[in-house]
Amino acid sequence: MRELTLVEAVNDALHVELERDGSVLVLGEDVGRAGGVFRATAGLLDRFGPDRCVDTPLAEAGILGTAVGLCMAGWRPVCEMQYDAFSYPCLDQLITHVGRYRWRTGGGMDFPITIRMPYGGGVRAPELHDDSPETYYVHTPGVKVAIPATPADAKGLLAAAVRDPDPVVVLEPKLVYRTARGEVPEGEYVVQLGQARLAREGSDLTLVAYGAMVGVAERAADVLEASVEVLDLRTLKPLDEEALLASAAKTGRVVLVQEAPRTCGYAAELAAVLAEKAILDLRGPVLRVTGYDVPYPYWAIEDAYMPSVARVVDAARRLLAFA
Amino acid sequence: MAKVEREGSVSEGELREFLREMLLIRRFEEKVEERFRAGELPGFLHVAIGQEAVAVGVCSALGEDDVFASTHRAHGHTLARGTHPNHVMAELYGKLEGCSRGYGGSMHLYDVERGNMGANAVVGGGLPAVTGAALAFKLRGEARVALAFFGDGATNIGTFHEALNLAQLWRVPAVFVCENNAWAESTPASQHMPITDMSDRALAFGMEAISVYGQDVEEVRAATERALQHARSGEGPVFMDVETYRLTGHYVGDPQVYRPKGELDELRETQDPIDRLRERLGLADEELERIDREVTEIVEESVRFAKAGTDPAPEDALKNVYA
Repeated sequence: MRELTLVEAVNDALHVELERDGSVLVLGEDVGRAGGVFRATAGLLDRFGPDRCVDTPLAEAGILGTAVGLCMAGWRPVCEMQYDAFSYPCLDQLITHVGRYRWRTGGGMDFPITIRMPYGGGVRAPELHDDSPETYYVHTPGVKVAIPATPADAKGLLAAAVRDPDPVVVLEPKLVYRTARGEVPEGEYVVQLGQARLAREGSDLTLVAYGAMVGVAERAADVLEASVEVLDLRTLKPLDEEALLASAAKTGRVVLVQEAPRTCGYAAELAAVLAEKAILDLRGPVLRVTGYDVPYPYWAIEDAYMPSVARVVDAARRLLAFA
Repeated sequence: MAKVEREGSVSEGELREFLREMLLIRRFEEKVEERFRAGELPGFLHVAIGQEAVAVGVCSALGEDDVFASTHRAHGHTLARGTHPNHVMAELYGKLEGCSRGYGGSMHLYDVERGNMGANAVVGGGLPAVTGAALAFKLRGEARVALAFFGDGATNIGTFHEALNLAQLWRVPAVFVCENNAWAESTPASQHMPITDMSDRALAFGMEAISVYGQDVEEVRAATERALQHARSGEGPVFMDVETYRLTGHYVGDPQVYRPKGELDELRETQDPIDRLRERLGLADEELERIDREVTEIVEESVRFAKAGTDPAPEDALKNVYA
């Protein structure tokens, strides 16, 4: 099978889905002639024309709001937010409308919108180009959230999002856009939402991660002297609770890794689920390795902010010290 | 920005129908106020007393396949578009028989069959969706128009500028109807706009603008026809600055301490669109009373219908968040 980088897999998914379904269109800033700042939409304009690959002005609320109207008239829009933090101007449309329409109309309206964006730190970018905003989206009723860690999942999850009848936010870890390389099936390929991936099997301790933190967890597992399981969640909402609880029952020790700020981050929700449903399986406290409750720092000190292999290893060793 | 001259395209029979619709809206809104005071309806109700000619003049000009989005002051638009008063009243009472199945309430009236893309509690929130629906029509080559109602207060919000900019940029078949009643809730136009001529807003986008006196239903109808024709013919969107008067508070129960003393009485005396149309038609007292009795009975029946409706069960709230 051919190998692609993660961002090439995103591009491949878009080509396949636009080819498959004439009602799918892409809109966003610089997605056309430029092919997107990360080249995720490269080639779409030439292949599908300006009606299916729409260059927009810098207007995130306008982009998502336009997508709402397009849905009402039968299109399946895929909106690109150029960077994680550039999505904040569209949060209003997402929270007040996109996530609520179906409910508000008693199930009378469909909103098959995909919002995809590069997210996360570690790329030596200035502030507002490296946020991990997943919790805002997870917290919004009516919205689903997926985050791939591998090229194959980047393709499969994006295809699932495009085909899903509900609004789906797909956050793509830009740190590994070009460093994550792997086999990606050709043609149509879908990874169902709501299914975690066991990235590595083990019996002593579980590291739970998503996005770029999966790689950090795997490198930590390499270093640790114990048998470590790595669970890649892939979809944050709906959560694959079964996979989480099964791994917790198996190892009895869980460390959660997220690069977003700590308070009320996604790891806090996972810890709550474990406290409610796995308390008798656990042999020690659920530990979190996270970013800090600060704006994402400038590049010179960002390595201290990001969860590192050393921090994950340290947490794991502390947990393994419990009987 | 020439004022629209009376074009005489509306027959006397149609004008009588307009009067009946406007009176129906008036009596409906008065009933809503009454039922609020009786403690049957919760607050957060915005009635359109004084703005009936805008709703009827605009909606009567819309084609069957055209769509529109409304505002927090939505009852008039919805009734004028033909949604049955029973289903609007049932929605206010939160019943499953309501036009949004009891999920939306006063500020979220929907009627997909009649192209009602929904009222909106967030000022300016529905504007980008109108641009999106119009873009969808353009991409599909359909001769349909998407129309937005909004107030003067909404022109200060970012989504207004994004929606109009995108609409003009893409030359989509959209009509933006500003119900300019000179009050943003309790804030007068002089305190919320740095300009005096609202149509200057449209000039910033190079958009066609029409100013119209909104208390005259014939003028509104004629201006809307012109706007729709312009949009439908592919010449791009139109901005309508409609001068109108809210002959009541912002919300039902509003003490209106911000209004200059005597203003409301004077406006009711001079700016009532129903009085104006009645004079134009030279309607005899007994004829008006006959129409009044007819619409009053329709409104009474809507209350009976609503009260006899089905309450949603608490578990119904869990439905329709996702497909």
